[in-house]
Amino acid sequence: MAIDTTALGPSRHAENSASIVQKGIARRYAAERRFRLYGMFAILFGIAFLVFLFGSIVSNGYTAFVQTSFKLDVPLDSEVVDPAGTRAVSDLRNADYTLLARKSLASLLGADTSSRPQMREVGALLSRDVDVEIRNAVLADPSLIGKTLSLWVLASGRVDSLMKGQLDRELPAAVRKVSDQQLGWLDKAEAAGFLAKRFNTGLFTAGASSNPETAGIGVAMVGSLFMMLIVLILSVPLGVAAAIYLEEFATKNLLTDIIEVNINNLAAVPSIVFGLLGLAIFINFAGLPRSASLVGGLVLTLMTLPTIIIATRAALKAVPPSIREAAYGVGASKMQTIMHHVLPLAIPGILTGTIVGLAQALGETAPLLMIGMVAFVVEYPTTPLEPATALPVQIYMWATSAERGFVERTSGAALILVAVLICMNLIAVILRRKFERRW
Amino acid sequence: MNSKFIAYTTVTAVGMAAFACAALARDQVQIAGSSTVLPYANIGAEQFGKSHASLKTPVIESGGSGAGIKRFCEGLGEGTIDIANASRKIKDSELAECQKNGVKEIIEVQFGYDGIVFAVDAKSGDWALEPKDLFLALAAEVPKDGALVANPYKTWKEVNDKLPEWPIVAYIPGEKHGTREVFEEKIMHAGAKATGADKLHLDKAEGADDAAKKKVADKAVLKVRKDGAAVDIDGDYTETLARLASNPQGLGVFGLSFYENNTDKLKVATLNGITPSVETIASGEYPVSRPLQFYVKKAHIGTIPGLKEYVEFFVSEKIIGPEGPLAEYGLVPSPDAERKALQDAVKAEKAM
Repeated sequence: MAIDTTALGPSRHAENSASIVQKGIARRYAAERRFRLYGMFAILFGIAFLVFLFGSIVSNGYTAFVQTSFKLDVPLDSEVVDPAGTRAVSDLRNADYTLLARKSLASLLGADTSSRPQMREVGALLSRDVDVEIRNAVLADPSLIGKTLSLWVLASGRVDSLMKGQLDRELPAAVRKVSDQQLGWLDKAEAAGFLAKRFNTGLFTAGASSNPETAGIGVAMVGSLFMMLIVLILSVPLGVAAAIYLEEFATKNLLTDIIEVNINNLAAVPSIVFGLLGLAIFINFAGLPRSASLVGGLVLTLMTLPTIIIATRAALKAVPPSIREAAYGVGASKMQTIMHHVLPLAIPGILTGTIVGLAQALGETAPLLMIGMVAFVVEYPTTPLEPATALPVQIYMWATSAERGFVERTSGAALILVAVLICMNLIAVILRRKFERRW
Repeated sequence: MNSKFIAYTTVTAVGMAAFACAALARDQVQIAGSSTVLPYANIGAEQFGKSHASLKTPVIESGGSGAGIKRFCEGLGEGTIDIANASRKIKDSELAECQKNGVKEIIEVQFGYDGIVFAVDAKSGDWALEPKDLFLALAAEVPKDGALVANPYKTWKEVNDKLPEWPIVAYIPGEKHGTREVFEEKIMHAGAKATGADKLHLDKAEGADDAAKKKVADKAVLKVRKDGAAVDIDGDYTETLARLASNPQGLGVFGLSFYENNTDKLKVATLNGITPSVETIASGEYPVSRPLQFYVKKAHIGTIPGLKEYVEFFVSEKIIGPEGPLAEYGLVPSPDAERKALQDAVKAEKAM
């Protein structure tokens, strides 16, 4: 406004300038309305993208939580399962359970068990890992041999895609890769009730697999959990200690200024750089095993430290000086002041920073690529030194697979990851709400 | 004070544990390399884990043939990988690097073939291509009236009357892919020969002698046009598939196994009148295929538990045979004699 009045010049009359202000009011209100419109548009734009993103993930991914299965009554013929009759584990492991499952399904479907082509078509309906399910049941309880085992086994990925409508039934059989006879069998099985979509526990418990129907995020979850624990154990004490020292004890000089600038810069360094660093230091120099979640955790710790230090320093700064002065006033030492008064008041802020940092680390893929965690890992790791993958890595690997069944799994795993992240952020918000003090 | 002390002790303990465990022996095979070989290696590893209770399932990383071989050649010892997957043969320069770093004996396991197919959106009409058509559509310079000119063709119909009137857009593998080399050799070279472009390039080439000229000309025929008609895809086939979904008038290059898994979205083009399939590629009728292989460090056999067992298991009939799971996924099995020779070579640990 100051510029306006000088522009009008001193020679103008008072009523004149009042009328100019009057005229200007409408224009200024219009400018404000426009500005508010721009803001609303920006928010709507963001929401539209969010809705689109979630819409596509949910619509692609919700089917991953159910899986087409057959209910089979498998006669565990002791001739096939344990011909020697010794119940030796090696015999039980190597028995042809696939054949048993195929025969059982063939008899349910009314297929000719003596015709090889027919048996092959029946076999193609079942998952390639069907033998594992039966074998595990037998190994867990050898007394089942000779009896009939009734269980749900997974259908093949292609059958699953077909039943979920991801594969068009109207396509010619050669393109669909499911023959008309198989289609007839599937319809019959569904009508008879021994084919159904059941909740997909395998998605949460299984490791990597080349068959979409038996692939799961189990190993990735364990890997992510190990890494988060390591990050938590290492980065919180280190980060908080560094922040307290810098904020409360360090004298302000050129050195601490340089450190501060560097910490702020580190927080913005692309994560792949930390991966390179981890490869050079932890694997090539220290000789830690590749693909291990320990190395992943160490790399993510380096990445999370600056976030935690910055959040902790901000939280310490936000504690009003009156608290410190009061503590000094009753004779507390500097150490006592910080430990008894300042730090407890800063904890909500530190917690929030930690959780946000962890959430960031949980969603990270790029540094893990360098240290070998983007890998096909079938077996569960029992310690952080064994090979593992991480949740976002599993999503990335599924996204590049050829089979149709991996498309829904990619989105399904993304949904799980997003759910975990939302939970973490929610906890951060709740903690802040609960413990935050206002002065 | 106390809590801080505990925190510091934890940190030190974890750090020390980490370094102490560095001496821990590795008990599973580690593999890295080609993303084309990855699905086959995954299936092999999975079956291995299923049938060998006492041995661990190998861990397989992707990352490309070049990256895999580079890590393979870093040296010997537990910190290095045991097997490198490759969708192309190891180069002499890479072998030299291996030798230099102490990786002296390498076992080459060529376990089968992969076909490379050209495919369009499933809803389009039939496509019959020849290397000539692809060369004319995609090369940077094509012969016209006996001279080389910058590629003037805009639609497929201009290239070949039988093709539809689509603007030329082809999604071809990027230069870091092993597939690109096969594309260059089997399509661009063959096309250049068929159109006479190779002779024109040879006439134009500058060099000290004939051999040098031929080298220059050979490179020149491989140049693809840069005006947007030939799009390099540096990602994998899922990216090519996504491009075709957004541009249904595009032509994509895929691996046979990828196509087999997506027959409902893709329609394959015939090449020289031959439809690509496991049979036509195995018989050699379909011209564009390449061998798939992995390289094994002989020095690691005996020190890494399960390495020999894994390789022997992988080359057995029940994995790479015509009835095995790899063929089911889309691998073109090697001829019987080749498989037999491979099995014997692996058994004898015959190095390159």
